[in-house]
Amino acid sequence: MPSYLFWLFATVMLIGGVAVVAFRNPVSSALSVVTCFVGLAGLFIGLSAFFVGVIQILVYTGAVMVLFLFIIMLLDLKDEAKRANSIAPVAGGIALVLAFVVQLVGVLSKPLPNQAAPVLDKASMAAAAAGFPEKGKIAESLNEGRLPDVHLIGHTLFTEYNLPLQVLGVLLLVATVGVVVLSKRQVD
Amino acid sequence: MASLNDYLLVSGLLFAIGLAGVVLRRNIIIVFMCLELMLSAANLSLVAFSRFNTVNGLPDYNGQMLVFFVITVAAAEVAVGLAIIVALYRSRQTIHTDELTSLKG
Repeated sequence: MPSYLFWLFATVMLIGGVAVVAFRNPVSSALSVVTCFVGLAGLFIGLSAFFVGVIQILVYTGAVMVLFLFIIMLLDLKDEAKRANSIAPVAGGIALVLAFVVQLVGVLSKPLPNQAAPVLDKASMAAAAAGFPEKGKIAESLNEGRLPDVHLIGHTLFTEYNLPLQVLGVLLLVATVGVVVLSKRQVD
Repeated sequence: MASLNDYLLVSGLLFAIGLAGVVLRRNIIIVFMCLELMLSAANLSLVAFSRFNTVNGLPDYNGQMLVFFVITVAAAEVAVGLAIIVALYRSRQTIHTDELTSLKG
């Protein structure tokens, strides 16, 4: 990804993040999270992680943030704007973040060993195609010089990560049952 | 071409913004959104490490698997967390952390 696109998406993401904390209205905050995640998805696609970029948009900005907006509008939160912030949590939060950023800059001021991204061109992909079944979709795309991102993720998911995938299915089922139980129970 | 340090710096800054939101906002829904920001910041550094460490000439897909699992678990977490917030609002009529002091001795 060209450098200016990286900085463009990173700026969109960080401005969105700051707006989440700064806005007083929860609906504005939720829409700022959407802005932030769109910038983040741009960064993912720039890192050739196309599948992760697409599910970031579909799952996070599509499903999760709509659920947030739904709940914000379900609960009537009119008194939010009048509330005054006390000084202690603001000062504490800013001090904590400043300490974190100082440490971050201290650690990252020394360059890490592999600075430039390894090349992903036709030659390197054709070399990688040898590790996959011949005439399969993955080897075919790699030989043509396209990165078959979704196929590779599916391949890894169903070979090396099959058991975690099943466990994840059970987790989602348990979460669904839990949400139904929590919503149906009458609170006195 | 952006370097690995740039990606890690941006990811750390996003994490710091999320941390600030968790500490200084009182509305529990916004605290929850800031938790999502922190999870996404971790995802960004995972994807950056995956791209910058190639295995056999391809990005390291083990890192992207972890991102996939994090996104799924985060979606489940949001569903359960929002159900808890709605139940809390129904019993207390507030979602401000200042007013939820039952555990205070």
